[in-house]
Amino acid sequence: MLRLLNLELQKLLLNKTSKVLIFVSFILPFTVLILSSIKINFFGFFTLELGELGIFNFPIIWHITTFFASQFKFFFAIVVVSMIGNEYSNKTIKQNLIDGLSKKEFILSKFYTIVFFSLIATVLIALASFFIGLYYSSYTEASIIFRETNFLIAYFVKLVGFFSLCLFFGMLVKRSAFALAFLFILYIFEYIVLGLITWQSNYELAEKIQNFFPLKSMYKLIDQPFQRIMMTKFPDKTDLAYDYAVHWYELAIVIGWIALFVFLSYKILKKRDL
Amino acid sequence: MESILTINNLTKKFGALTAVKDLSFTIKKGNVYGILGPNGSGKSTTLGIVLNVVNKTQGDFKWFDGTISTHNALKKVGAIIERPNFYPYMTAEQNLKLVCKIKGVAYSKIEEKLKIVGLEDRKNHKFSTYSLGMKQRLAIASALLNDPEILILDEPTNGLDPQGIHQIRQIIKDIAASGTTILLASHLLDEVEKVCSHVVVLRKGEKLYSGRVDEMISSHGFFELKADKQEDLIQLLESNTTFKNIKVENGLITAFLNAPMDATSFNKLMFEKGIILSHLVKRKESLEEQFLQLTDNLN
Repeated sequence: MLRLLNLELQKLLLNKTSKVLIFVSFILPFTVLILSSIKINFFGFFTLELGELGIFNFPIIWHITTFFASQFKFFFAIVVVSMIGNEYSNKTIKQNLIDGLSKKEFILSKFYTIVFFSLIATVLIALASFFIGLYYSSYTEASIIFRETNFLIAYFVKLVGFFSLCLFFGMLVKRSAFALAFLFILYIFEYIVLGLITWQSNYELAEKIQNFFPLKSMYKLIDQPFQRIMMTKFPDKTDLAYDYAVHWYELAIVIGWIALFVFLSYKILKKRDL
Repeated sequence: MESILTINNLTKKFGALTAVKDLSFTIKKGNVYGILGPNGSGKSTTLGIVLNVVNKTQGDFKWFDGTISTHNALKKVGAIIERPNFYPYMTAEQNLKLVCKIKGVAYSKIEEKLKIVGLEDRKNHKFSTYSLGMKQRLAIASALLNDPEILILDEPTNGLDPQGIHQIRQIIKDIAASGTTILLASHLLDEVEKVCSHVVVLRKGEKLYSGRVDEMISSHGFFELKADKQEDLIQLLESNTTFKNIKVENGLITAFLNAPMDATSFNKLMFEKGIILSHLVKRKESLEEQFLQLTDNLN
């Protein structure tokens, strides 16, 4: 396993473009955190300090940071599709197989890399949230701090899920740009199906079905936190209440997709004449 | 002798096209094999199948004694097919390190193999800055990294300039001289003739011949002759049953033998008949002539 990971890391880290993109994908989520902790002074009238709004309180901070950080997953997605696309355009995939890598090992080396980077991203965001939380949060008891850390698990699964989807599209169309286009098409397609089912029956059922789709199921892992922030500000407005927790079945759906995407990527490679 | 690769009734179809048809042959250790055939005769497809990049339709093949999986067997094989494929943004050394990681070979081999192909001065230059000849030599170094049991080369001199062709041929000859089994696919017959002891001849995916180069067609060779009394000579040859046919081209007479006869006894015979030869050469058909004869016979 380490051999395969090591192999792929060499391919990625010696490539300038991927190195920059990997760096950016790790750094960008933090700039948001730094920006949001800056005090904004509105010409001396009043000071808006995001840290004082309570969004950096434990345990809500886990929810907020993972939600925002996951918006930046697109940068590493480019790395994932290009690491497949480049192997095809340089024909190095062929040479790798001739040199004695099996097709299974080839897919696994890509998948391990995805898991590895998702893990690093999760650990980084966990550490950052933990320290920012300690600094701003009004509650610092261990039981509160570590409540809702399952958002970190959700974040990790979400990243692995999204990148596995990229891996699958990369293997399917062999070209980076087309693979990214496919992602966009899938996004639109999921909403078209949502619309069609709503039209045929009702929105509630349509949404339930849509929650099983790849992109929507990944999105559902970490629901938007804005409503929850509002809830904390206006606790008596009961109509704002919604289910934002991370559920086991949401994780199960995405893990199911991950297994399917990796398996299909392998099947595609196995069937293909290079 | 130990067999390295055994192919049994291998067939590959691309849709309606049959690229390889019921092909069987065995590669034995220590020989230098050539796979001959015009473009599109299924050479590269056959190599692609045994190298795990093309899926077979029918039949089977086994590496060594058949007890290890194909991808593990390939770690003991060195192969280059068509174009050299490397990561353009990595240097030669980095590319070879990657191959070492795949094959499970120590990095210490890199220096040694780069020396063989004469690229040690350029090892820290990016692959994208290399000329085609250098790329091809790097590919050979890469294929040699694991000290392979067999070296497979598919059209190694394709697209190179005369100097590059000469360099690659010299490297191949040196490797062959060291006792490594080589499988060389080419449509350039003189290339194969210079290095190979055995050939497999393919046409349209079918095997026409496999065996030693010198046994490819049953021939006793031919004489190339010149004499002042040309008319008498031709008459004499035509009356002799040892010769099957006689060709005259630009005053040079070519007489094909029906039965074995050496140049000395032929010369003596002519002298006794009162014909003095001004030119006498006994030759065997070149591989090209044999190949054309073999493929023509089946037309």
